[in-house]
Amino acid sequence: MAQRARKKTTPRPGADAPRTLPKTPTGIAGLDEITEGGLPTGRPTLVCGAAGCGKTMLAVEFLVRGATLHGEPGVFMSFEESGGDLVANMRSLGFDLEKLQRDKLLAIDHVRIERSEIEETGEYDLEGLFIRLGHAIERIGAKRVVLDTIEALFSGLPNQAVLRAELRRLFHWLKDRGMTAIVTAERGDNTLTRYGLEEYVADCVLLLDHRIVDQVSTRRLRIVKYRGSSHGTNEYPFLIGDRGLSVLPITSPRLDQPAYAERVSTGVRGLDEMLGGQGVYRGSSVLVSGSAGTGKSSLAASFVDAACKRGDKAVFFAYEESDKQLLRNMRSIGLDLERWQKKGLLDIHASRPTLHGLEQHLVAMYETVRLVQPAVVVVDPISNLTMQDGDSLLKATLVRLIDFLKFQGVTSVFTTLTHSAPNGAVHLSDIGISSLMDSWVVLSNLEYNGERTRTVQVPKSRGMAHSNKVREFVFSDHGVDLIDVFVADQRVLTGSARQSREEQQKAAARWRERDHEQRLRQLANQRQLLDAQIAGLLAAADAREVELALAIERETAGIADAAAASARGRKQRRPS
Amino acid sequence: MNARDTTLRKTKPEWQLKLYVAGHTTKSMAALQNLKHICETHLAGRYEIEVVDLLVNPQLAAGDQILAVPTLVRKVPEPIRKIIGDLSNEERVLVGLDVRPLP
Repeated sequence: MAQRARKKTTPRPGADAPRTLPKTPTGIAGLDEITEGGLPTGRPTLVCGAAGCGKTMLAVEFLVRGATLHGEPGVFMSFEESGGDLVANMRSLGFDLEKLQRDKLLAIDHVRIERSEIEETGEYDLEGLFIRLGHAIERIGAKRVVLDTIEALFSGLPNQAVLRAELRRLFHWLKDRGMTAIVTAERGDNTLTRYGLEEYVADCVLLLDHRIVDQVSTRRLRIVKYRGSSHGTNEYPFLIGDRGLSVLPITSPRLDQPAYAERVSTGVRGLDEMLGGQGVYRGSSVLVSGSAGTGKSSLAASFVDAACKRGDKAVFFAYEESDKQLLRNMRSIGLDLERWQKKGLLDIHASRPTLHGLEQHLVAMYETVRLVQPAVVVVDPISNLTMQDGDSLLKATLVRLIDFLKFQGVTSVFTTLTHSAPNGAVHLSDIGISSLMDSWVVLSNLEYNGERTRTVQVPKSRGMAHSNKVREFVFSDHGVDLIDVFVADQRVLTGSARQSREEQQKAAARWRERDHEQRLRQLANQRQLLDAQIAGLLAAADAREVELALAIERETAGIADAAAASARGRKQRRPS
Repeated sequence: MNARDTTLRKTKPEWQLKLYVAGHTTKSMAALQNLKHICETHLAGRYEIEVVDLLVNPQLAAGDQILAVPTLVRKVPEPIRKIIGDLSNEERVLVGLDVRPLP
C-alpha cells in the first residue's frame, strides 16, 4: 500500500539526535528545540488539550511545515472541521492549504459521522477508515498524518468495544507504515484525554493548555512523555501568531552566543566614562533600574539617540508612554528622537502591557527585531510586563529575550522600576534580574537637605573596568549628563548641597585671597609705620645732635667769652 | 460511474441500495447474503443492490462517508440512511431502511 511512499525517501532522521530515536522536525518554532529534534519518526504522537487550545493549529502547521520545509507530504484527516472550513481558517495564518493540495503535498479528508443516520446491526470494523487513509497516503506519498480529532468517532459510533479495538489497530497500522502522526484528543476531567486515547498512543504525548490568569490568557505546552528520548519537561508558553505557532523558547538553551569586543556609547558621556571610558559592549544587555522619576526612560532614550547618531537602527518598546508622549518628553530634555523616527532609524512600539500575555509581547518583540534588524533595543520598562505574573516567569522570559538579542548582536537596554529604598541602597528584587544582565546601572533618588537629586552608579559591568563612584545625574536642555558628586563629611553631596558646598569652597578661597592681601597690606603699613618711626627717631636724634652741637658751641662760646673777658681785664692791666 | 449504474438509473427502481465491503471477508459475504435475503423478502422487484469493494475502488469511500465496513447505504428513497454491520438482525435492518415489514 505504501510502496510509493517508501520508494520516495527514507525516513528523515532527527536533525541533531543521531544516536537516539529518529525524529521528525515539526518545523514549528521552538517545538523542535524542546523535543530535541522533533516528534518520533514513524510513530504517532498524541496532542491533547481542552477545546480551543490550538491542537488543530499545531497539527496543521506540522503538516504545512513538513510539506514546505522538509518535503514530506501529509494527510489531514479531519473528524470535526470540513475541508473548506479548515482551508479558510488556516488562510488567516498564511497557510495556503489549497495550493498545497494542488501540489499534492497535502490531502485533506473530512470524515463526518452523523449518529442519527446510522443504524447498527451485527458485526463490523472500521476498514473503511483504513482504506480512506491508506488511499490518501498513497495518492500523495505522505510521510505525515494528522487525525483531528479522532475521538469524534466515539460519539458517532455506538459500539465502543469495536471502536477501541479498531483504534488500537489503526495506530499499529500507522506505525507499520512508518507514518509520523499527530493524533489530537480532547482533554478529560482527570485524564489526559476524554476517551483514554493515551492508552494507544504511548510514544509521545504533548499537552496543550490555555489558561487565563488575571484576565490575560496564556497558552502552554508540556511534553508529558516522550518515550526513548530526553526532552524539556517544563511547561513552555506558546502562542498562535500571524505566522503560525511559536513555542518558547525559540532560541537554544545553550549559552553560546557570540561575544563582541566592539563598544557602543550609552549616549551619556559621563556614563561612558564610568564604563571604562567607552560605553558598553555591542550585543550586551544593560539593566537600568531605579524608582519612579529617576530618569530611566531618559537614559534609555539617550542610548537610542546615540545609536541613531551613529546611523544604527534602534527599536524602542514603550510600555508606559505612547510614542507621541515619549517624543515630546524627550524633546524637553533636548533629545530629538522624532528626526530619527522620520529617517527610519527609530521604531517606537508603544503598547499596553496588559494587551497580551508576557509571551505574546515576547513574540511581538522577536518579530519586530527580526524584521527591523536593529543595533539597539530598549524595553521600557520590563517590570510592567509582569503585572499578572510572578517574577520567575519574567526571568525566564527575559533569559530568552536576552539570548535572542545577543545572538542577533543587538545591544539591549531594559529599564525596571524598583521601589525606592532608603539611602539609595540597591533594591533586592533587582538582583534576580540583574544577574542576567551584563551591565547594571542603578539610578536612585537621594533625598537630603530638603531636596531630591538623582544619582547614578554602576554596580556591575562584565568584562570592563567600571567606576565605583556615585555620580550625579542631571538633565539639561541638551540631554543627560553626569556630574561628579561631592564627598564631604563621609557622605555624598548632590544637588544644591553640592552647589552650596562648591560655593563655600569658592568663598573660602576668595576669603583666603583677601586675607593674604590684607596681611601683606598690614605688613606694608607696619613697615611704613616703622619707617616713619625710624625717621622720627632719626629726626629726634638729628635734632638732638643739633641741639647738642649748639649747646657745645654755646658752652664753648661762653668759655671763650670768659677767657676774652679775663684777657680784656689783663689787657687793661697790660695792653697787648 | 459505470455502465451498470446508468442502467440502474434508466429502470429507476424504488429502492437503490449500495453495500460497501472491503474484500471477500466473512463479514462482507454475510452482509451481502443477509441483505439479499431481506430485500427478496420485503422489497422483491423494487430494489437494486450495488456492491462496492473498497479494496478495488478506495476513492469511493470518501463520497459516502464510509468508515465502517460493511456499510449499507440507502441512496433512494431520500434521505440517505446508513446501516453498519453484517445486517444479521433483520428487524434492525428494516428499521434502518425504514421498510415496513410485510405481514
